[in-house]
Amino acid sequence: MAIFFNKTKKIELEIEDYLDLVEKGGLVYKQGVKYYFDKRQEEFETKLNELRKIEEDADSLRRNIETKLYIKTLIPESRGDVLGLLEHTDKVLNIIESSLLEFSVEIPDIMVDLQPLYLDLAENAILCVDCTVGGIRSYFRNLEAVRDFINKVQFYRNETNRLAEKIKRHIFRTPDIDLSQKIHMRYFSYHMERIAEEAEDVCDRLAIATIKKFE
Amino acid sequence: MDPLTLFFITSGIFLGWSLGANHAVNVFGTAVISKMVKFKVAAIIAGIFVTIGAVIGGAGATKTLNDLGSINAIAGSFTVALAVGISVTWMTKLKLPVSTSQAVVGAIIGWNIFTGSPTDFSSLSKILITWVTSPIIACVFGYVFCILIEHILKKAKIHLLELDAYTRVGLIVVGAMASYTLGANNIANVMGLFVSSEPFKEFSTPFITLSGTQQLFLIGGLAIAVGIYTYGYRVMVTVGNDLYKITPISGLIVVLAESFVLFIFSSQELEKLLMTLGLPTIPLVPLSSTQAVIGAVIGVGFARGGAGINYKILGKIATGWVIAPVVAGIFTFVALFFVQNVFEQKVINTVEYEINSSVIKKLNEDGINVNQLKDLSGQRFSSSKKFKESLMSISNYKEKELFSIFNYSAVDSIKVDSAKLNKYKKRLVFDDNEINAIKNLHGKIYIHEFEFIDALKNIYNKYSINILDREFQSKQNELINIFSFNKHKSNNKE
Repeated sequence: MAIFFNKTKKIELEIEDYLDLVEKGGLVYKQGVKYYFDKRQEEFETKLNELRKIEEDADSLRRNIETKLYIKTLIPESRGDVLGLLEHTDKVLNIIESSLLEFSVEIPDIMVDLQPLYLDLAENAILCVDCTVGGIRSYFRNLEAVRDFINKVQFYRNETNRLAEKIKRHIFRTPDIDLSQKIHMRYFSYHMERIAEEAEDVCDRLAIATIKKFE
Repeated sequence: MDPLTLFFITSGIFLGWSLGANHAVNVFGTAVISKMVKFKVAAIIAGIFVTIGAVIGGAGATKTLNDLGSINAIAGSFTVALAVGISVTWMTKLKLPVSTSQAVVGAIIGWNIFTGSPTDFSSLSKILITWVTSPIIACVFGYVFCILIEHILKKAKIHLLELDAYTRVGLIVVGAMASYTLGANNIANVMGLFVSSEPFKEFSTPFITLSGTQQLFLIGGLAIAVGIYTYGYRVMVTVGNDLYKITPISGLIVVLAESFVLFIFSSQELEKLLMTLGLPTIPLVPLSSTQAVIGAVIGVGFARGGAGINYKILGKIATGWVIAPVVAGIFTFVALFFVQNVFEQKVINTVEYEINSSVIKKLNEDGINVNQLKDLSGQRFSSSKKFKESLMSISNYKEKELFSIFNYSAVDSIKVDSAKLNKYKKRLVFDDNEINAIKNLHGKIYIHEFEFIDALKNIYNKYSINILDREFQSKQNELINIFSFNKHKSNNKE
C-alpha cells in the first residue's frame, strides 16, 4: 500500500516540477528580453540557452508524466483533461522559447522609447502564464480557487492586448522609420502577445475541466 | 453424497452462478468500467468476500424466507429454484426489471399454494415492506454519504492524484464490504430454498465444523464467485449500462450505501445489538441489490442538486415488485405439477398434523376461535392438504389463523436424549450449566415442537440461564435438530 502511495506521490512531484519549469521559463524570458534591450548580449545568450534547456527538460518530463498516467491508468475520468492541460502548457513554453530565440536570430531594432512598453508587454504576458500555472496547481488541489486564477489570466490577457495595440499604434504613427522596421517591430509585439493568447487557451481548457469536476 | 441430491442442488448452483454474473456489476461495476480496479482483482476480491458473507452471515435472511414457506423436499427445492431461474432469465430477456429476490418470494408462495401449505402473512408483509423501503433507505444513505464525503474532500484539499489513490483503495474496500453483504443477504435466494430439505449432514474436522446449512451456503457462495469470475465482466461492459457510468467517487458512495443497506437487512449481529438496546429490529430479508444501487444513485443525484435523475426508473422498480413474484409463482406452480405428476418426484415431505388440548390452549392464547377445532381433536391428518380441507370445512379461517394452526398442530416427535449433547459441548454450543438444565428433560417425548420449546424455556428460567431471544431461538433449533426423529421443518415456531 505504501509503495502504491509513494508512486502516486512521485508523479505528483513530477507534475509540480513540470509546472515549476514553466514558471521558471517565464522568468528567464523576462530576464532575457531585458538583457537584450540593455544590450548585454552575452547574458542574453546565456538566458536563451537556459530557456532552451528548460524547454527540453519540461518536454521530457511531460512525456514521462503522460506515459505514467497512461500505464498506471491513473485519474481515468480526468486524465484526458490533465494531459490536455500539460500539453498545452508545454506549447506555451515553446512559444516563450521561440520568441526569445527570434530576438537572437533576427536582432530586431526596437525603438528606445518603445522598449519600456515591450518590457511591460513581456511582464503581462508572463503574468498570464504564471496565473495559468497557478490555476492548474489549484485544479489538482483546490478547485474553488481555480476561478480566481482564471479571472486574473483574463485581466492580464486584456492588458497584453491593450499594450500590443498601443505599441503598434506608436510604431505606425512614427514617421522617420522604414516600413520594414515597423513591420519587424510589430512582429515582435505579436510574438509576445501570442504567449498570453496561448496561456488564455490553456485557461479556457482549465475552466471546462473544472466545470466537469463540479458536475 | 447421494448423486440425486447433487443433481437437485444444481438448480441452486445455477441460480448462484447467475446471481454472481449479474450482480458483480453492483459491487465493482463503476470501479472496473472506469478502469480504477482491474477486473481480475475485483473478481477475486468479490468471490472471496461473497463466499465468506454467505457462509458466515447468510442465516438471517434465509430464516425469513423459510418462515414464508419451508420447502422440505429436495425435489421441491430443485423445482422452485429452477422455476425462479427460468422465470428471471425469461423476464430479463423481455427487458422486464425483475430481481431474483422478488421472484423467489413468488415462487415460495407458488409452492405453498401447490402443496396446500399456509403462507405466513407476517413474514410476507415484512418482505414486501422491505422491498419498498430498501431503495428509499439506499437513497437516504446515498444522499448523506455524498454530502459528508464531498464536505470532507472540500475541507481536506487532497491532490487529485492522491485522491485517485484513496478512491482506488476505497473502491476495493467498499467493494469487498458490498460483496460480503451481497453474499450474506442474497445467499437466501440461491440456497435458502434447499435449507429446509437438508441435503447435507454436519461435516466436522478437528479444525472446523460446518453445519449442513453452512455447506449449502459454501457451495452457493462458490457458485456466485464462479459466476462473477466467468461472466461478470461481460455483464459489466454490455449490460452495465449508464447507471454505472458515474465518476469513481460517486461509484464509491453508491456501493457504500448499497453495502450498508444490504448489511442492515442481513446482519444478525445488528439485530442482536438493537434487541439489547431495546430498539425495534430490522427484518432480515433478501433484497434486490440493483434496486438498492438505483436508490443510492438517486440519493447522490439529490445531493448534487437533483439534475439528471430519471424518475421513470422508479416506476420500473415498482412494476418489478408485482411482475416478478406473480410470474415466478405461476411458473413454480406449473413446474411443481409436472415434477410431481410427470416425473413422479416428491415435492413435499408428508407432515402429520394433530390437534390436542395443548394445541387448543396455545391457539386460544393467540386469540383464535377454538370452539369448532375441538371437533378435530385427537384426529391425525396425513398431509397438509387434507388438514387444510378439514379446517376449512369447519370454519372459514383466515390465512394468518391457518398458519398458526398448522404451526402448532404439526407432529414433530421430539425425544430428549441428553447424551447426544456431549459433542456439542466440545463445540461450545451449550455450556455446562445449559447441559445440566437440559438433562432434566432427559427421556421426555414431545409430540409438538412448541411443547418442547415451552419446556426448554421453563428449564432455562429455572436454572437462571439468561440469553438473548435470538440466541435462544438458534439453540432451540439446534436442539430440535438433535432430538427430533420426525422433523418436518427447520424454521422455528415461537
